[in-house]
Amino acid sequence: MKTARSIAWARRRVALGAFWQGYRRDREGLFGLVVLVVFATVAIAAPLLADAEGLSLTKATGPRLAPPSLAYPFGTDEDGRSVLTEVIWGSRISLLVGLAATVISMVIGTLVGIGSGHFRGFGGGVLGRLTEWFLVIPYLPLAIVLATVFPPDVPRIIAVIIVIGVTSWSGTARLIRAQTLSIEERPYLERARALGGGHWHQMSRHILPNVMPLVLANTTLTVSIAILAETTLSFLGLGDPLRMSWGKILDNAYSGDVITSGAWWWALFPGLAVVLVVRAFNMCGRAIERVLDPRLRELA
Amino acid sequence: MTTTTAGGGVRARRPRALPLRYVVRKTVTAFGTLVFVVIVNFFLFRVLPGDPAKAFSPRGRNADPNRLAEIRRDLGLGLPWHEQFWAYVKNLASFDLGVSWGQHAPVSRLIGERLWPTVLLSGTALLLAAGIGMWLGARAGWRHGSRLDRVSSSGAVTLYSTPEWLLGLVLLIVLSDLGVIPAAGMQNPLSELPPALDIAWHMVAPVTVLAVVYIAEYSLIMRSSMLDERYADYLTTARAKGLRDDLVMRRHALPNALLPSITLFFLTLGFVVSGAIGVETVFNWPGLGRLTYDALRGPDVPLLQGLFLTFSAGVILMNLVADLLYPLLDPRVRAS
Repeated sequence: MKTARSIAWARRRVALGAFWQGYRRDREGLFGLVVLVVFATVAIAAPLLADAEGLSLTKATGPRLAPPSLAYPFGTDEDGRSVLTEVIWGSRISLLVGLAATVISMVIGTLVGIGSGHFRGFGGGVLGRLTEWFLVIPYLPLAIVLATVFPPDVPRIIAVIIVIGVTSWSGTARLIRAQTLSIEERPYLERARALGGGHWHQMSRHILPNVMPLVLANTTLTVSIAILAETTLSFLGLGDPLRMSWGKILDNAYSGDVITSGAWWWALFPGLAVVLVVRAFNMCGRAIERVLDPRLRELA
Repeated sequence: MTTTTAGGGVRARRPRALPLRYVVRKTVTAFGTLVFVVIVNFFLFRVLPGDPAKAFSPRGRNADPNRLAEIRRDLGLGLPWHEQFWAYVKNLASFDLGVSWGQHAPVSRLIGERLWPTVLLSGTALLLAAGIGMWLGARAGWRHGSRLDRVSSSGAVTLYSTPEWLLGLVLLIVLSDLGVIPAAGMQNPLSELPPALDIAWHMVAPVTVLAVVYIAEYSLIMRSSMLDERYADYLTTARAKGLRDDLVMRRHALPNALLPSITLFFLTLGFVVSGAIGVETVFNWPGLGRLTYDALRGPDVPLLQGLFLTFSAGVILMNLVADLLYPLLDPRVRAS
């Protein structure tokens, strides 16, 4: 029995297969994907790779500020903790915050984008204005202010996730809005309206599936923004003081003696981890854009 | 896109005045955004669950009762909301941003003192970066796929993935080992150099860090707008006339590709703010960014509020400038 829905899903499976065929041939995209898989594995397997006790100030066993050696490949920090252990455990928090904030950001961005593109009149106008306001307001001061006033009884890590999610959706919303406006003009939406389809039906069955590829391409770029934001907020001392993230290591290094002591390994390795992961997400995002946008494919 | 006259004609065309309605509309929009920022700023710091005075107090729940009373008075707690808001707006209109909790001085004076070092630092880095970045991006986009393109794009994306302050931190560690260039602050009172030169000398490291990251941003923007122009019909015409490739790029493609870049130059000033916060913190540069970092230690709420307002107002103003400048530069926008 073939229903409309099963036909649509079969078509999506074919499209996904074609997308993967295109993506597989993109070297930059594949490289980014491999880097991300490596980091994801490290984050998931952290308990197997390094003992969590190594993060504790009181149980640290290493020498203070020792340069990289066989025993401590990334050196040690001021308190004798292995920087490698910190980077491994930090990847969990950095990636978790980045991904969770991205989910919030994409949900808000997609809802506001579709809403402001679909609804004419007052509601759509308000959503459009809201998007423009958030596009203009510089995100870091806004995030700083939000993080400062966040209720202190909420766990800090959740506060940071919400703050980043709430401040980073406007770019996505603008993109989705433009795409929604162009879909609104297409005949199949006119048909749906003529057949009496309600707003919910039009948005969920017709607009959403059509903006989804754009949403997914934008996700990878938003993750990189979210991870950078988490690192910067932690560096400014607004992160979770109890959980080690890459930004937290860098904050410790800056507040500690990293500059005068010349302990470059303390800042360099967590810094490299941030740049590598963000760069990998950007590579994947650019590759997805290339595969989805035939205009760019011809140029390449 | 393809119906425009060649870029060479832009200079000859006399710029026409902007229609008044357009100017008014854009100004009203900018003002509306500013009002939104003021409202956000007011409510964020007041409408918190629990007692805001306790949340902001340095010692939390065991705070000194006198201090709590002072915080409550500063925030105007206890009055009805609309009266609090009205008092806040009235103070704003006379540039009274309250008194800093940490430094016990008027916030507007503190911000005024720190404004020009930030403008100096960010402005210098921005101008440098815009020039170099656009030149690099135009070259890379024109020779799409060449070695210059591959190296510069890949480098730009890497730098784009790096927080500015991280680059600064690494540079500082290296510099403090070498000890050649001053690594922190804006002036050395013991220096024998004239003050202007001393400041310039202290600017070398932070400006380099900021400029390198902004160059990456602008070269990517310029590259993609060059790619958009690359196959336009008017360029084929220019080539058919027998112009050298270099002249086709400089006289015809570049002016048209510059337009979206100039808008983005203004629109991306928001990220300049975040660059300033990070880099000024790391290099101990006495500007608004470092002031933000210091205000976070308290937290010094009136100061943070004033800083958020200042940063937002600056970016909104620059956006307005971009909106008003763009139709003057691009006749296509003026026509529509």
